[in-house]
Amino acid sequence: MFTEFFYLLRAHGLPVSVNEWYTLLEALQQGLAGASLTSFYHLCRAVLVKSEAHYDRFDQAFARFFAGVESPEGMPEKIWEWLDRELPEDHVVRQLGELRQYDLETLKKMLAERLAEQQEEHHGGSYWVGTGGTSPFGHSGFHPGGIRLGGESRNRSAVKVAAERRFAQFRDDETLDTRQFQIALRKLRQFTSRLDGAKTELDIEATIKETGDHAGRLTLVWNRPRQNAIKVLLLMDSGGSMLAYSRLCNQLFQAVNRSTHFKDLRVYYFHNCIYDWLYPDAACRQSTALSTAHLLRTMSPDYRVILVGDASMAPGELTRPGGIIEWGLHNEEPGYVWLERVRNHFEHSVWLNPIPASYWEWVEGAYTIGLVRRVFPMFELTLAGLEQAIRQLKARAACG
Amino acid sequence: MAASFGRFRGSSTYIVSEELSNSVNVAIALKKPLLIKGEPGTGKTMLARSIAEALGMRLLVWNIKSTSKAQEGLYVYDTVQRLCDSQFGDNDVSDVSRYIKLGKLGEAFVSPEQVVLLIDEIDKADLEFPNDLLWELDQMSFYIPETKQTITAVHRPVVVITSNAEKELPDAFLRRCIFHYIEFPDAERMKEIVRVHYPNLEKKLLEQCLETFYWIRSLDSLQKKPSTSELLDWLQALVLGGISPRRMGEEIPFLGVLLKKNQDVEALLWSLQHPRGSRRPQFHGR
Repeated sequence: MFTEFFYLLRAHGLPVSVNEWYTLLEALQQGLAGASLTSFYHLCRAVLVKSEAHYDRFDQAFARFFAGVESPEGMPEKIWEWLDRELPEDHVVRQLGELRQYDLETLKKMLAERLAEQQEEHHGGSYWVGTGGTSPFGHSGFHPGGIRLGGESRNRSAVKVAAERRFAQFRDDETLDTRQFQIALRKLRQFTSRLDGAKTELDIEATIKETGDHAGRLTLVWNRPRQNAIKVLLLMDSGGSMLAYSRLCNQLFQAVNRSTHFKDLRVYYFHNCIYDWLYPDAACRQSTALSTAHLLRTMSPDYRVILVGDASMAPGELTRPGGIIEWGLHNEEPGYVWLERVRNHFEHSVWLNPIPASYWEWVEGAYTIGLVRRVFPMFELTLAGLEQAIRQLKARAACG
Repeated sequence: MAASFGRFRGSSTYIVSEELSNSVNVAIALKKPLLIKGEPGTGKTMLARSIAEALGMRLLVWNIKSTSKAQEGLYVYDTVQRLCDSQFGDNDVSDVSRYIKLGKLGEAFVSPEQVVLLIDEIDKADLEFPNDLLWELDQMSFYIPETKQTITAVHRPVVVITSNAEKELPDAFLRRCIFHYIEFPDAERMKEIVRVHYPNLEKKLLEQCLETFYWIRSLDSLQKKPSTSELLDWLQALVLGGISPRRMGEEIPFLGVLLKKNQDVEALLWSLQHPRGSRRPQFHGR
């Protein structure tokens, strides 16, 4: 029966592996789950789930598999009204030991029977469905093995702790898995020991030679550790048409941003195409704009340039003076000229396009994509595309 | 092993939730590393200390830095010392093992009694760091080519690994761990925690403080929410400063202990002047 739970977890998007499943079975064999569903729940979660971002999905799957979830639709409207009422004063519960523990099936059956009997709302007390008290049904009460019906849990012993979904806020739909991109970006490095820094590495070869030259008197030779000399300039399109790809671009941005191995990393934004101005944040506000010409003057040509954009725009934005999409701005020179200027200043540059390569000939912006491709080598923004792009960026004798 | 299951129940100075102590015991019983994540200040590092204390074991701490290499945890071969010694003839240079210095992991392996090994802030290190430790943590042994010696764990150490989620950890590594995310304690548990540290704190003052504390934490505009350790510092400051519960109701003294960033202090003051909803405690004389 358990194997179904395994597949249910995977169906809920949890990356549970067979290894982890075996670990769980081993734990169960050792009797680590104890006798209660709650400790079984904790055991499963500790062994199978490896990120708080997945806790919520696990809770849902668990609740679905083991309890059929408390479903608000399935419960008579009236009961919800009773339960929504104010909580009365806490009664001190003395005879907790006498309260019977029921299994889930019995509880469900009893609940059904009791609902059939009960005609009014109850708060406190030990039998009817309501808030407080020690009846196994309702919320805010205390019963060692009762069913909590909605409301807030005060004592955490109800077996359906999973249905609370306490970890909903940690879901990773927003935080992105950037590791693969990061690994790809690691290949973008070029080691050199010519940079500044303390000499901390022992150069064995040179030490032996020097020691020999000094007639056996030990002479230690130290080297600077090798460091990555690569500097990166990331230029991102933040135009309206890029909205559809914001998740993907975000992923790339985070990966680049977290890659600590670059000597320098600069990120600027543009809107559809590069003109006289670049912007330090995605909002592209004119008040914070930086002159593109100034940046080109001040940045050394050995920066590796990664442009990210869909390259889809009206042809005029690329080819005409004044073609800039921004209202109230004017460009003396067409965007095309600026792109070529960027291309010519830097030794290595690539364009990453979030539109899949197989669509480039067919999408709305096919014409401008074609134009941009004449200036920059273009790759699709996928893992494979990024790897190709990085190979291009590392090639030493690129035209420029 | 089953007999010793459930050995860890927290210690006199460290309050654990049942979930957490379960996870610890599962990790010990299954002989797998325990990976702990959680907001800063939720006591991730303290947990290892507490496990060691509760189980009566020695604690070894391996603090990870951005420059840490997996190799350093196993052993370091001190070539320079050996060369120097060969020059001056101080020691027996032909004995390579004199120049093999075991790292924290190696130390934990050779220890004659079982120890708790804390690998603190593993996410600080290089991306590949956790992968480089897979074999050693799995097999609990490693090979030293210089001395042709295999170091195998006498007793499998209880391994606790903490992460602040600065980097994502590789899947292969995660699959081998037992994972637990320490939630930020709610007000009830926080009271217990404070009691452990300040048993004599006035009840009224504590309640007043917690109310303020959780209100501050509920502000979305903060860049860094105050954590347990900041609360404890704050309480101490309040006690030393002789602040009465009555004054607590009117203002927030020593705010700088709770909020470390200028923007956060401003955000808080702004929220005080623009109250929204009823969650804000009432700051007026009573």
